[in-house]
Amino acid sequence: MSVFGEVPQAVPVAVFKLTADFRDDQNPNKVNLGVGAYRTDDSQPWVLPVVRKVEKMIAEDHRLNHEYLPILGLPEFRSSASKIALGEDSPAILENRVGAVQCLGGTGALKIGAEFLRRWYNGQNNTKTPVYVSAPTWENHNAVFANAGFEDVRPYKYWDAEKRGLDLAGFLGDLESAPEHSVFVLHACAHNPTGTDPTQDEWKQVAEVMKRRNLFVFFDSAYQGFASGSLEKDAWAIRFFVSEGFEMFVAQSFSKNFGLYNERVGNLTIVAKDHENLTRILSQMEKIVRVTWSNPPSQGARVVAITLNTPELFTEWKDNVKTMADRVLLMRAQLKAKLQALGTPGTWDHITEQIGMFSFTGLTPKQVEYMVKERHIYLMASGRINMCGLTTKNIDYVAESIHEAVTKVQ
Amino acid sequence: MALLKTSKLISSVGTFSPSLGVLSIRASSWWSEVQMGPPDPILGVTEAFKRDSNPKKMNLGVGAYRDDNGKPYVLNCVRKAEGLIASKMLDKEYLPIGGLGDFAKACAELSLGPDNEVLQSKRNITVQTISGTGSLRIGANFLSRFHTVARDIYLPKPSWGNHTPIFRDAGMQLKSYRYYDPSTCGFDFAGALDDISKIPEHSVIMLHACAHNPTGVDPRPEQWKELSALIKKRNLLVFFDMAYQGFASGDIDRDAWAVRYFIEQGHNILLSQSFAKNMGLYGERVGGFTVVCSDAEEAKRVESQLKILIRPIYSNPPMNGARIASTILNTPELRAMWLEEVKGMADRIIKMREQLVANLKKEGSTHNWQHVTDQIGMFCFTGLKPDQVERLTKEFSVYMTKDGRISVAGVTSGNVGYLAHAIHQVTK
Repeated sequence: MSVFGEVPQAVPVAVFKLTADFRDDQNPNKVNLGVGAYRTDDSQPWVLPVVRKVEKMIAEDHRLNHEYLPILGLPEFRSSASKIALGEDSPAILENRVGAVQCLGGTGALKIGAEFLRRWYNGQNNTKTPVYVSAPTWENHNAVFANAGFEDVRPYKYWDAEKRGLDLAGFLGDLESAPEHSVFVLHACAHNPTGTDPTQDEWKQVAEVMKRRNLFVFFDSAYQGFASGSLEKDAWAIRFFVSEGFEMFVAQSFSKNFGLYNERVGNLTIVAKDHENLTRILSQMEKIVRVTWSNPPSQGARVVAITLNTPELFTEWKDNVKTMADRVLLMRAQLKAKLQALGTPGTWDHITEQIGMFSFTGLTPKQVEYMVKERHIYLMASGRINMCGLTTKNIDYVAESIHEAVTKVQ
Repeated sequence: MALLKTSKLISSVGTFSPSLGVLSIRASSWWSEVQMGPPDPILGVTEAFKRDSNPKKMNLGVGAYRDDNGKPYVLNCVRKAEGLIASKMLDKEYLPIGGLGDFAKACAELSLGPDNEVLQSKRNITVQTISGTGSLRIGANFLSRFHTVARDIYLPKPSWGNHTPIFRDAGMQLKSYRYYDPSTCGFDFAGALDDISKIPEHSVIMLHACAHNPTGVDPRPEQWKELSALIKKRNLLVFFDMAYQGFASGDIDRDAWAVRYFIEQGHNILLSQSFAKNMGLYGERVGGFTVVCSDAEEAKRVESQLKILIRPIYSNPPMNGARIASTILNTPELRAMWLEEVKGMADRIIKMREQLVANLKKEGSTHNWQHVTDQIGMFCFTGLKPDQVERLTKEFSVYMTKDGRISVAGVTSGNVGYLAHAIHQVTK
């Protein structure tokens, strides 16, 4: 009689199942528009040239070893990563009230931040503090906060399916009606899955309500540089909120903008009111890290730290990032142009208005099913496509398939 | 407290937007009530060591291997594996949630033995984890969620300092069974049997597979056999922590003997493995977590649930270290090289133990220091009392934890004489 006899079979994570199905598909025309990783125009993963260069440097430097990193991570990684998000000349940094925890990817940063908030925010161990995530949002946000102990994870209005854009009124309305001190998870740029970001003026309106209603700002920044091609532009919202005096967390991922997906490179940046608060916060962060993974993995952090702290490499990296961003922008422009040329019913401006890796096409579940089953084009049931899956070689096929789906299937 | 509450109210009134031209009052922080976390006791030892200017100073708190020059040691098989990997120009795509398949397979074969019936029947699930800590944490979370019939985990007394906070944070209750006998600096076998015989059915019991941390005291095979029989009788769920396979005796099969024996005896165990010490991959965070299930079908169900637990923590594990470990384990010449190197590390530790005892005798110490060579692995519970430890630190700049634990890895042929001298001075 097994102790685990009653353990039920769990439902697989949708996005990984999609990739598995794609892999098993034998059709020569198959296209994977599912999981969020960059692909070249040859549909290949791309290890950034600067990353290869730096990894070689690390391998050849025999002064380096595999000793434990400090609990909070590699110091030069943490500080340079925070500078990337906030700007080198950020007043918060100059005032010595910015700290960071190196974490396992963006997920890890969200996790450590969530665990800290559950223990220390809005009282102690207040699991009833509402946590708001956008509707829709990255599917793992819910689980991260729920598993950290928060009992009340709720959606805030974000995507307007009808107009295929931001539901600003709904968003602001939910901010107004949220209980004081609620936590709001904001996508810094390149919203996942919709690709729809607030404009600067819209961010200002969001900030005004958040400040007035004492809501906690938790930015998820997984695409800095990758969205527009400009690090500064993609960090505008974060920096604006800092300038407005907010204390906040920023969960940073270097999976996409450094292409370091499997090395799990992330950073939880903490902006506090002053240095004294920061010191106490970091001491408690250490305790959380110690019972989760003890100390973080060193390889990826070294690559990022060396790159960000070496001027020529930093320039080369920004170039590599722009290469990726530009290819995505090109695919957006071309997809829209082709759909318009085909006369596909509906408006397709959202394809180029949206930003980043993902696009919410507006395809219905039935249309998505048609795409997958009949055309062997794999995308999420929500209609989300990964623009990186498009190439000059498959874009005609994809455009035609969307045309078929929209005209044949309701 | 009331003052802080008031200041929170003030904060909502006092924070005016600069654009309105009104001076903003510094609002109080969200974090005013966050307590300062207590300093880490072991870290404190290292900090004090760093500040000491005595050229003869010794850091015996360090939980990482050092060579005979007191330097960190990157294994040759690791360097070779890294070279091999680099030449393959692999991509950096996400690993599956459960990690690198080749690594997980090799990890299970290493601990259970490649011919183990469990592997043949495919009734284990082994996932890659963030070293030993990450493995223990996943295990703790899994138990907390699915082993609802009992909430208690019994740790040996003493155990690794981080076991307690990990299991507590996962929602389990911590209990203990007698283990270390300070009067003999050895195993309190009778005490352990007595305590274990009273553990309520279905509770979880943690066992250190080899090289017990912090005492270095391991049960002998015939004692393990009795423990297994009693634990089976009490119907307890066994959780093995194996952080030192190969590193303890120098022989990977010998060090895994207890794990394999228990499985043979029908215990469907949980097992945490770390490659931090035995491959020197500390900072790469390489580990494995295994659940031995009744059959392959159950293993699949358990696997699906482990993925659900892992995803909201870190999504999927880091590649670098697992790729190195996998390459070593799966490449015959590298594996052979590794087995030699891990034996080399274990042998140096064993030699330092012997030399410490020999030098203590030379110093004229009349105490019984046999436990120093009876104990095994990186750590040694010297039996020194807190006041003796304090004298060692203050008068001789020898740094260790208050419980008298030393990391033998910090001892070299160059400083073992000095250490023996210092210990003798504070114990004569």
